[in-house]
Amino acid sequence: MPHSVDYIKKLADRHGRGLESLLPILENVYEDNHIIPEDAMVEIARELDVSAAKVYGTATFYSFLETEKCGKYVIRVCKTITCMMHGKNQVIKELEELLKIKLGETTPDGLFTLKETNCLGQCHKGPAMLINDVPYTELTPGKVRDIINEYRLNAQKSAS
Amino acid sequence: MKKGLKRLDLIFKNEHDSAAILEKSLNRSNAELIEDLISSGLKGRGGAGFPTGLKWKLTADANGQEKYVICNADEGEPGTFKDREILSSVPHKVLTGMAVCGRIIGSQKGFIYLRGEYKFLIPKLQKAIDEFHELADSLSFPFRVEIFLGCGAYICGEESALFESMEGHRGEPRNKPPFPTDSGYRNGPTVINNVETLAHTYSIFKYGPEKFRDLGVKDSRGSKVFSVSGDTPIPGIYELEFGMTLQKFVDDFGDGDAKAVQVGGAAGFCVPRKKFDKTVIGYKGKLTGISLPTGGSMMIFNSSRSMYNVLHNYLDFFVEESCGQCTPCRVGTQQLLLGIEAVKRGDKSSQYLEKLLELAETMRVTAKCGLGQSVANSFSSIVENFREEMIY
Repeated sequence: MPHSVDYIKKLADRHGRGLESLLPILENVYEDNHIIPEDAMVEIARELDVSAAKVYGTATFYSFLETEKCGKYVIRVCKTITCMMHGKNQVIKELEELLKIKLGETTPDGLFTLKETNCLGQCHKGPAMLINDVPYTELTPGKVRDIINEYRLNAQKSAS
Repeated sequence: MKKGLKRLDLIFKNEHDSAAILEKSLNRSNAELIEDLISSGLKGRGGAGFPTGLKWKLTADANGQEKYVICNADEGEPGTFKDREILSSVPHKVLTGMAVCGRIIGSQKGFIYLRGEYKFLIPKLQKAIDEFHELADSLSFPFRVEIFLGCGAYICGEESALFESMEGHRGEPRNKPPFPTDSGYRNGPTVINNVETLAHTYSIFKYGPEKFRDLGVKDSRGSKVFSVSGDTPIPGIYELEFGMTLQKFVDDFGDGDAKAVQVGGAAGFCVPRKKFDKTVIGYKGKLTGISLPTGGSMMIFNSSRSMYNVLHNYLDFFVEESCGQCTPCRVGTQQLLLGIEAVKRGDKSSQYLEKLLELAETMRVTAKCGLGQSVANSFSSIVENFREEMIY
């Protein structure tokens, strides 16, 4: 089990046990598991000697720290003004059709989660999206299809 | 192609003099270095415009066991993307500025608070930091810089919320005073500067304060990196001189049909076409007409755009990004959004807009931090200048 006692202990060894290590630890848990489960939060609280409520409070404040299970690839499409002006709705529509899910949902195979997010700082190249940490800019429905196909192919390759 | 505004190349100029600058700075007195910064006229490039030299001086004079230098790279203001470019193309300039600051205030600990959306910058940035550490060590100045990664919260660009976040808390702003110069990260005296501000200090320490002061206008010295987006044929990042009128800016960057420019992002002001020639880009001072400071976000809207949609998008943004700590901002942002929707639907009469403007003004005076206080900037400037678009 990834969020076992040992796992959290190792993370605390790596990042430290002060409160200033809390965000780095939570990021690490999310990166490894695509979710920050409640039992992990309880364990982090024990390691850092703070209340579980404190850890929960911090974890749920930040939009990139997900406390619900996300897909292997989290797609975040920028919905802020210039991306909206340059066609982010067509990008979302294309993604919804390709992935056969709605905004906020995860594909049944657990590969993709589709979300909207606020300004990504790519306004001169909108519409833009992040897939996990990687930005994609100047999107068109065609470009989106190519990107998703590539991710699917890579996922198939690594599975076989 | 004839273009009116002078393009500058101070920040992005490919030059590598960190060693010389550091060496020179280590041999000069604090007073001299601070005097250079103050006389250069450099003001904070995040948008608030606090004099940088004064900030460093206050922190140098403050009592505290441990002091910190923090580079604010939580660039979240809609329409701003210059800091990303600065950090990816000239990170050594930012690091040099941080180190000289560390020398002045008596700190060997620096952080770059990088927004989560820019996580992809880390490998390159970390490499620049490692190289910089070697350089600092070779000069017997063991200044250390660490990257602290944010997790997707606009409010953490507010300096005290940023400290809270680094300390493991929710990103909720603190009361001020005390200001960071006295009590910042871990309650130590802290200099927190925008990425661009720190990069400018590199040029000032390299070329001296005169060259910087010669640019711009009174009260707004130097150059500024602008992030230009929206309805423009040439979106991108441009370094320009302070003191231009918005008309000149639009002549250069607009698509010929600009009806409004949002200066300073969602937290900034919307200027309609009829006020372009009276609006000057710069910090508040003795300028003629209206002067607008900006963190560099310039979003151009042409006449095909609905300003109702623009405002709706901003309010949506604020509703989500309000930290929820204080009532004026948490409830105010939601009510402004519901309010303009009700007026648009016809459920409320157009006079209701007056009530909403009052609410926005109330937020300006009662909200705890800059986020809630500045909602009124865009709200009032859009509703007052494009009233008919809110109603019909």
